[in-house]
Amino acid sequence: MENLKHELKTKIIEALNLEDIAIEDINDDHPLFGDGLGLDSIDALELIVLLDKDYGIKLTDPKEGKTIFQSINTMAAYITEHRSK
Amino acid sequence: MKKPFFISDYVSLRKNTLSLNGETLFSCDQETSFKDFSKSLYKHIDMNYPKFYKMDSLSKLALLATEALFKNKNFIPEEENIALILSNKSGSLDTDLKHQDAIADETNFYPSPAVFVYTLANICLGEISIKYKLQTENAFFVSESFQPDFMTVYAKQLVQSGKAEKALCGWVEYTENTYEAFIYLVDEQGAFEHHSETIKKLYLE
Repeated sequence: MENLKHELKTKIIEALNLEDIAIEDINDDHPLFGDGLGLDSIDALELIVLLDKDYGIKLTDPKEGKTIFQSINTMAAYITEHRSK
Repeated sequence: MKKPFFISDYVSLRKNTLSLNGETLFSCDQETSFKDFSKSLYKHIDMNYPKFYKMDSLSKLALLATEALFKNKNFIPEEENIALILSNKSGSLDTDLKHQDAIADETNFYPSPAVFVYTLANICLGEISIKYKLQTENAFFVSESFQPDFMTVYAKQLVQSGKAEKALCGWVEYTENTYEAFIYLVDEQGAFEHHSETIKKLYLE
């Protein structure tokens, strides 16, 4: 799980062009949206693409994203349970 | 009698060099890519606007030129009713091609929402408006080359009719690491009269 969290942080920084953010700046339980990393709605769509492309997870209901993308912890837990690649 | 208008400031960004009112402010090695040049310039002019990194190259180009110009002014842009009138030759072609690449292969079909949102040339005007909180007139034109005559008439109509107090005008062109920006501010005061011949001269400097 720790490896997956580290991998997720790397992928998020790269996919969302967070050039001012380092892996150590992202806490596992801090919110990704709002006051956390300050991600926006387009970033949420990029995360949905990332889940599909890298882990084979298709989110059919975008509302699910609100729960899944709360933090690195929630993302890693969801991926572990649902990944197909 | 109609009030005369002037060009108060102008910025050009080409060949990895930024100049303001004819003076070089920042320069990088000619071999430096636009990605690295724009990042260095962003830091040099101390923008502190993380959304910059998410933008496509055309928006980065337009925003850097605008920031360099506004930084030289003693005003708060959102209080000035500044119309935005930009133009170029290739529209958003650079980003359009990136998007096309992402959807060309049916077996590897992952279009990026963050790329797709920049597949319109006038998005760079939106980015400028968001950054400086402008809710003003704006227009983006596509033509084979920079058209000072047309731009002068259009800007004049906006400022003389009172639809805008000032107008940020110019040319922002980006295609695969080849780029050029030339923008100028039309205002009630300035060193140069607002005539197309003057603009042509400043553009060719």
